[in-house]
Amino acid sequence: MTLDLVPLWALLLGAAVFFYVLLDGFDLGVGMLYAFALDRATRNLIMNSIAPVWDGNETWLVFGGLGLLAAFPLAFAIIMPAVYFPILIMLLALIFRGVAFEFLFRDAQHITFWDRAFSYGSLVATFAQGIVLGAFIQGFAVEARHFAGNTFDCFTPFSIFTGVALVFGYGLLGAGWLILKTEGVVQAAARSQGRWCFVAVIIAIGIVSLWTPLMDTDIAHRWFSWPNIAYLSPIPVATALIAFFEWHALTNPRSEMGAFIGAIGLFLISYFGIAISLFPMIIPHQLTLWQTAASPDTQIFLLVGTMFLLPIILFYSGWSYWVFRGKVRADIGYH
Amino acid sequence: MHLDALILSRLQFAWVIGFHILLPAFTVGLASYIALLEGIYFVTKCEIYFRISAFWTKIFAISFGMGVVSGIVMPFQFGTNWSRYADITANVLSPLFAYEGLTAFFLEASFLGVLLFGRKLVPRWAHFFSALMVASGTLLSSFWILVANSWMQTPTGYKLIDGRFFPADWLSIIFNPSFPYRFAHNVIGFYITTAFVVIGVAAYLIRRNKFVGEGRVMFSMTFWLLTILVPLQIFLGDLHGLNTLKYQPAKLAAIEAHWLPEKRAPLTLFAIPDEKNEVNHAVIDVPLLGSIILTHDSNGLVPGLKQWPADQRAPVAIPFFAFRIMVGLGLIMLTLVLVGLLLRMRHRLFETIWFLRTCQFVATIGFLTVLAGWTTTEVGRQPWTVYGLLRTADSVAPSLTGLDVILSLASYMVVYLLIFPVGIILMGRIVRNGIVQAEEKAPIEGGQPSAPVVTTPEYNS
Repeated sequence: MTLDLVPLWALLLGAAVFFYVLLDGFDLGVGMLYAFALDRATRNLIMNSIAPVWDGNETWLVFGGLGLLAAFPLAFAIIMPAVYFPILIMLLALIFRGVAFEFLFRDAQHITFWDRAFSYGSLVATFAQGIVLGAFIQGFAVEARHFAGNTFDCFTPFSIFTGVALVFGYGLLGAGWLILKTEGVVQAAARSQGRWCFVAVIIAIGIVSLWTPLMDTDIAHRWFSWPNIAYLSPIPVATALIAFFEWHALTNPRSEMGAFIGAIGLFLISYFGIAISLFPMIIPHQLTLWQTAASPDTQIFLLVGTMFLLPIILFYSGWSYWVFRGKVRADIGYH
Repeated sequence: MHLDALILSRLQFAWVIGFHILLPAFTVGLASYIALLEGIYFVTKCEIYFRISAFWTKIFAISFGMGVVSGIVMPFQFGTNWSRYADITANVLSPLFAYEGLTAFFLEASFLGVLLFGRKLVPRWAHFFSALMVASGTLLSSFWILVANSWMQTPTGYKLIDGRFFPADWLSIIFNPSFPYRFAHNVIGFYITTAFVVIGVAAYLIRRNKFVGEGRVMFSMTFWLLTILVPLQIFLGDLHGLNTLKYQPAKLAAIEAHWLPEKRAPLTLFAIPDEKNEVNHAVIDVPLLGSIILTHDSNGLVPGLKQWPADQRAPVAIPFFAFRIMVGLGLIMLTLVLVGLLLRMRHRLFETIWFLRTCQFVATIGFLTVLAGWTTTEVGRQPWTVYGLLRTADSVAPSLTGLDVILSLASYMVVYLLIFPVGIILMGRIVRNGIVQAEEKAPIEGGQPSAPVVTTPEYNS
């Protein structure tokens, strides 16, 4: 009996990518908001709010990439060359963002440079990821088993827009994290920045939700035909509810976790929206999950270990976060 | 030489992996060293071990961070530039990479935060445990990545269907013929690399006559380690060579610049290989030693490049010289270790100034050796990505143009040429500042820091 592991792997990979978006999303968001802090003490505080956890967060990026290679290798082999330059830009930006943590504190002569490396690195990496997202939704030209388009095809108005949208999205996550981890003036500033990001995010969700079906009649049909439109109507409704919740959290000075939770909620619902639009295609218009999947032997071999290791990873990652719980302490981190 | 996407992608891969390997070469050993120091401190409560550990942890933080950001580049390279390779080998190799992520990357990344910042927040045993987990993560990472690389060198346990690899026997894939030797030789090589850096730094501290106590402790511990590891490494290298003779004879022929198969072969110490005419010029040979060293039998057969068609031979000059550089550096290390042993027996180890100066000078010898060794094995594997089965030329992403890769290669070069020197300079500063006495002492009452928020970034003094 051959068990079809493709749906399970799609779920696992989807979860891994979502974890990445959430975790590195907030620390890239924090990195971008860093630029708006105007004094050194506040900047240090902001950086220290993510210093102990950013490395673990970024590991989900590696796992997402390797997970795609492992579960849907043909998709990996087609997508990566198709988004060659966004990936390049993202990697270089992440290099600057990553080393900035250490270099900033040890190279005071060039502190402005490393400040910019940190905040612009975060910004550029986020924008590049957004382009990858947009290009992914639009699909890629395929011939035989490889990408058959031009390396610059991924730069379209839609992907540039999703790039900008993701910047505000991560900004919202980052603001939520800062509200959670800071107090007083810093927290209030984060709330205000969060509100700006929120407005941009809601507008972006609206535009992308309309633009995507406009680009693609299959997707339009999936959402707007009857009876689908009835089954899927909870999605926009839920989005609106989460948006109300988020706005309330961002305007209530006593709310601590609400903004971060609400931001996660907005990301989750947007993620579902994309999944609903694209399933079962992993290379839109060309190839399904099943067509790009690894051999069953490969899937089983990896699944056994993953099912055992993932809970362990979640456990000790969670422990690591718990160690650094509470508001950012001035003495924990770089100084 | 036509600057097409293939040659440029190869240069790009060599560039990014060449830089990246320097970091694990250092951090694998250093993570274990820090774990050891933390362990000794945990058991003995001797402050000197805490101070040494805190010193190296600062350096570790920089190098590990650089290792992470340069490491993230690597899996994406497989996709962006080597997508054919990714598609063709994924069924066999991708779980190996994924297990590296699952067992190693998460482990070291998560516990790193506690190691660097959590000393005041967790019990002593938990902090030591974190150091241990970071060290374990680096070793697990080495395990899996070398499983993958070794499979590419000596593939077993697979089926080839429609030009793509499928797994047939996972144990055979993982414990493929060259893996045990490559793993042992590589990890010991990493430990030796770190050890020479520690020795160099320790020698520097001793000679500056500041932090002499710490310097001596570091020097002595590490020198004992080197005394065992350097001879061991030479022995392992020899075994690795025997394995290469058996499973990758064409590679061995290239490494030796050996054109005709020959029994009772000489050892070529130096030559200028002429690939077009299939001869060597300016040869310096030692009779018989080739067969003896390479086959452990004076009548042993050493393979020759002419046994293979010209398009199945590796470039000769690069592996030939890289190998000799590696061995030469290894012999220098051995000499140092023997001299040090002699000095130690005469109780003059710390007093012999020229020896301390030499140790300082050769602090980076391990990095050069690691690079030379990896160049030997990777260029020696050409023209194959998977030895004998998949050509590098057939591995490159078909959609890429020369322009695409020129842009990316130039970008990687510019960024790495900025980041790496800065990192090294900053680590050098930590060394020059020495071992700080007052580190992480102020206990916190009720979550409030007792010192005001002081930001004292270190200025270059």
